[in-house]
Amino acid sequence: MNPTRHAIGLGLRRGWTEFLQSVRSPQDQGFYLFTAVGTVLLLWFNRDNEIGDSGIFYPTYALPSILGALVAFGVVIGPAFALAMEREDGTLLRHKALPHGMQGYVTGQLTYHSLSLLPSLLTILVPSLLLFDGLMSGGAAGWLTVAWVVVLGLLATLPLGMVLGSVVPGTQKVGTWGMLPILVLTAISGIFFPLQALWGWVQGLAQVFPVYWIGLGLRSAFLPDAAVTLEVGDSWRTGLTVLVLAAWAVAGALVTPRVLRRMARRQSGSTVEAAREASLQWVR
Amino acid sequence: MPRPDSPDDPVVDVRGLRMAYGTNEVLTGVDLTVSAGEVVCLLGPNGAGKTTTIEILEGFRAPSAGTVRVLGKDPMRAGDAWRARVGVVLQSWRDHARWTPRRLLTQLGDYYAPYSTPERPRPYEVGWLLDTVGLTEHADRKIVGLSGGQRRRLDVAVGIIGRPELLFLDEPTAGFDPQARRDFHDLVHRLSDLEGTTILLTTHDLAEAEKLADRILILAGGRIVADGSADELGRQVAGRSEVRWACGAERFVHPTDDVVAFVRRLFEQHGGELTDLEVRRASLEDTYLAMVQRFESGARTRPVLEEVVR
Repeated sequence: MNPTRHAIGLGLRRGWTEFLQSVRSPQDQGFYLFTAVGTVLLLWFNRDNEIGDSGIFYPTYALPSILGALVAFGVVIGPAFALAMEREDGTLLRHKALPHGMQGYVTGQLTYHSLSLLPSLLTILVPSLLLFDGLMSGGAAGWLTVAWVVVLGLLATLPLGMVLGSVVPGTQKVGTWGMLPILVLTAISGIFFPLQALWGWVQGLAQVFPVYWIGLGLRSAFLPDAAVTLEVGDSWRTGLTVLVLAAWAVAGALVTPRVLRRMARRQSGSTVEAAREASLQWVR
Repeated sequence: MPRPDSPDDPVVDVRGLRMAYGTNEVLTGVDLTVSAGEVVCLLGPNGAGKTTTIEILEGFRAPSAGTVRVLGKDPMRAGDAWRARVGVVLQSWRDHARWTPRRLLTQLGDYYAPYSTPERPRPYEVGWLLDTVGLTEHADRKIVGLSGGQRRRLDVAVGIIGRPELLFLDEPTAGFDPQARRDFHDLVHRLSDLEGTTILLTTHDLAEAEKLADRILILAGGRIVADGSADELGRQVAGRSEVRWACGAERFVHPTDDVVAFVRRLFEQHGGELTDLEVRRASLEDTYLAMVQRFESGARTRPVLEEVVR
């Protein structure tokens, strides 16, 4: 029995168990429901808004971008919070005390957060498809594009979440260090309004990060060809999308294990104890 | 050079261990050995460096100086096969809230499966372990609903699931009620007697140390100031035994360092008038307080004499 492969198998099972526990928990169901109802209501109240005179209505135009934001947001903030929290509560230390435990733990995290995208995307997609017409112009090929953009986007952004969760000093800091930059990044990434409405240097900055490209990829899948005129350079830039997301994925795959190892090295019973005392202070 | 460990090698072997956080020296030269199958208890006042010592032995913290061998390896460099032989009981607080004890033990225990050998099958069977730590009733409830004592028992179960040859426990019974404490002591005895597990624990509870440990180490001011069984330590501290007697209607109490001579004199003086006689050895608590006090006053006034104390 190869212990590393064995540990990765255990990590997959761990991620699956955590996923099942999450979808069965009223707290998480509530969160999915809240996000879904909010999004669908936003689309519903704007259902008659035409984008310019393109013949495309707001739900059609906005949905792919919103899904893109959800992918980026979910797999960055989710793992960052989980990792920061599990550093403090001793979950990570438990795995450090196991043979090949960290490999299992990280596999579990990747599995869990990837799976968690499904309910968060489906709870929005399914009611939207029932309520609004003409959401998906691409047909089967479009859905295929959705699949690869989501997977590639996941690979590009999930490492960011893991790194963030490793470097923040504590759970309470995920908000300032993580949430804020991601919110800003999402705001400038053409998710809520077209990129061209922003200053040139902001446009450039947005195009460095994966969030913009996930949104662009999803719009290319959902929107009719005519909508390409709303994009930078009147092109879906599919090749470049693949390239940018793949580059982030590769960088993530190279950097993340190092950061995780460094973070894990510093874990001990006293760090967990200190975190526990700090959190008690905070609650009081 | 790594070498295969023979049964005679000490399980834990520490020489000149020093640890400093910045300019704050926590350990100033710890020497200690633990042999296979021993139960050793590390006592000491708060801030003496007990937790730091244990964490260095667990491989969770790098020492500033000194040699540390645990199961024949340097814990900071030892690999996963070494990890599989070592059990650590952690004081976690809210992890795995949605898991059940059974699910968690099954998941974590499985990491040890590749290290199972015919002589030492790993991990323990989960049902048996749950029963052993008294969690069968709560095995399928969410961990978030467990009481403090039940959580600690789960911590112990997680620590021993891999059937370790060496087990570290840092204040394992903090927050236990008397019954849980008794059950835990039975479990430690069982691990030690039946499995031959070597156990190193820290505690503040002197009665617990006396009950569990084959050997007690007292850590004060960053070094080991006493090493021996509870009895041996008691004998090292002079003037600790207490003689009580009654002579007619009067009762007397007198501390003495030489019980036999004192009692002989009593008989010579009072002979048949003695109606009651009781000799009380120093309790471990007396011994401990005396030793820590002696060390601390010695250390404060004459730091040069530290070597003599040891």
